[in-house]
Amino acid sequence: MEKIIDIRHLSKSFGDHEVLKDIDFSVEKGEVISIIGSSGSGKSTLLRCVNLLETPSGGEIIYKGQNILTTPINIASYRAKLGMVFQQFNLFNNLDVLSNCVVGQVQVLKLPKDEAEKTALNYLNLVGMSQFINAKPAQLSGGQKQRVAIARALSMQPDALLFDEPTSALDPEMVGEVLKIMKKLADSGLTMLVVTHEMNFARDVSTRVVFMDGGVIVEQDVPEVLFNNPKHERTKEFLKRTLKENYSV
Amino acid sequence: MSFFDWVCQILISYWPMLLRGAGITLLISMVGTVIGFVIGLIAGVIRTIPIKNQKNPLMVIFLKLVNILITIYVEVFRGTPMMVQAMVIYYGTAMLFGIKLNSILAGIFIVSINTGAYMAEIVRGGIISIDNGQFEAAHAIGMNHWQTMRFIILPQAIRNILPATGNEFVINIKDTSVLNVISVVELYFQTKTVAGNNFRYFEAFLITCVIYFIMTFTVTRILRLIERKLDGPANYKIEQKSSEEVSV
Repeated sequence: MEKIIDIRHLSKSFGDHEVLKDIDFSVEKGEVISIIGSSGSGKSTLLRCVNLLETPSGGEIIYKGQNILTTPINIASYRAKLGMVFQQFNLFNNLDVLSNCVVGQVQVLKLPKDEAEKTALNYLNLVGMSQFINAKPAQLSGGQKQRVAIARALSMQPDALLFDEPTSALDPEMVGEVLKIMKKLADSGLTMLVVTHEMNFARDVSTRVVFMDGGVIVEQDVPEVLFNNPKHERTKEFLKRTLKENYSV
Repeated sequence: MSFFDWVCQILISYWPMLLRGAGITLLISMVGTVIGFVIGLIAGVIRTIPIKNQKNPLMVIFLKLVNILITIYVEVFRGTPMMVQAMVIYYGTAMLFGIKLNSILAGIFIVSINTGAYMAEIVRGGIISIDNGQFEAAHAIGMNHWQTMRFIILPQAIRNILPATGNEFVINIKDTSVLNVISVVELYFQTKTVAGNNFRYFEAFLITCVIYFIMTFTVTRILRLIERKLDGPANYKIEQKSSEEVSV
């Protein structure tokens, strides 16, 4: 399998606080990886380090054979290759739904406008938002915003899509509509890296689950093994607590 | 003659003078506000470039230097009265460089740099008030600092600072009256002449009061219209669902 991203000895500190400690982690083409763990375990920071929204303190991020932390690669064009979906959606408030999906293609990828609009419409259709192309983000519900945000990321035709707790800011009814789309994307073979608290998604959709705690990767495996036979005490404890919560609802 | 007779008398005899004065007041304050807005925009954008992310050490030094210059500019022009600035610049250029500035141009120049100093801070405030998520989302799809500013941040920041800009415009309309010290024949200067000719200060200045109010009120209404235009329609149209093939 072709490795898209290979992370070696990655570390990140905010002042004296070491959030990520010596992380080794790689993403292969077509994988759907769920990163789980309690709040403050460093999973969001890891995701944000991957597309350099946070500058790592040490280590290597190797993308297509190049360490992007040392080679003078164009950071902007590297980021354009990795789509990002945020917890707070972060749609461009000044642009309508269609322009949200077009602006990056035209300004960053330098595609002609009509081609960009066609691509955008295709993905808006995929997430079921093509009827709302004239709406502004403020006029949409949370679930609709997140679906547009996914279409915006897809419109850039990225190598992989990063999701930073995409359903955490949504009310329970809207979580489903977003997860359904994410499952559709996973089934289509898109490479995905998902930081999530949705244990059902992690178990049923992902090809690999990564459990993080205290800034290190404690354990990673296929979901059947990690959920049914976790090796580490910490993983068992976390799963016991979260799964109980998930089912008691 | 009664009060009303004097008011009518002044209006009938001197309306062209007063109108010309009002025109010059409006010209100086409008051009001054627009140029000041542009100065403020440039200064505000430069001041919000993140210095710690710069890799080139020369760029870091350059940015720091420019920031210091902008700070000095803002503090000096914000911290001294416009009337005094007008005197210093108008008579200063005459004495030091032997240039006799056209008084209207000098007026526009002074109002512009004065407004620019205030607008620099207003624009900076407008930019840092935009949610960090907007910057992050723009960076995440591969935009650089200028693209992020041009297409995402400034459109939102400018919308947010429009009320403050309107404030500056209104202040400029009123404060151009201090430019009479460098003999700009704006509305206040004209009124002083009219009042002095007839020894009717109350009536003349009351008329001018009304003229100033009409100007400022009209400007604020126009700016409100622009704000509403920028906000776009409150409703949106649902498009017919397209039946095109969906693929990832």
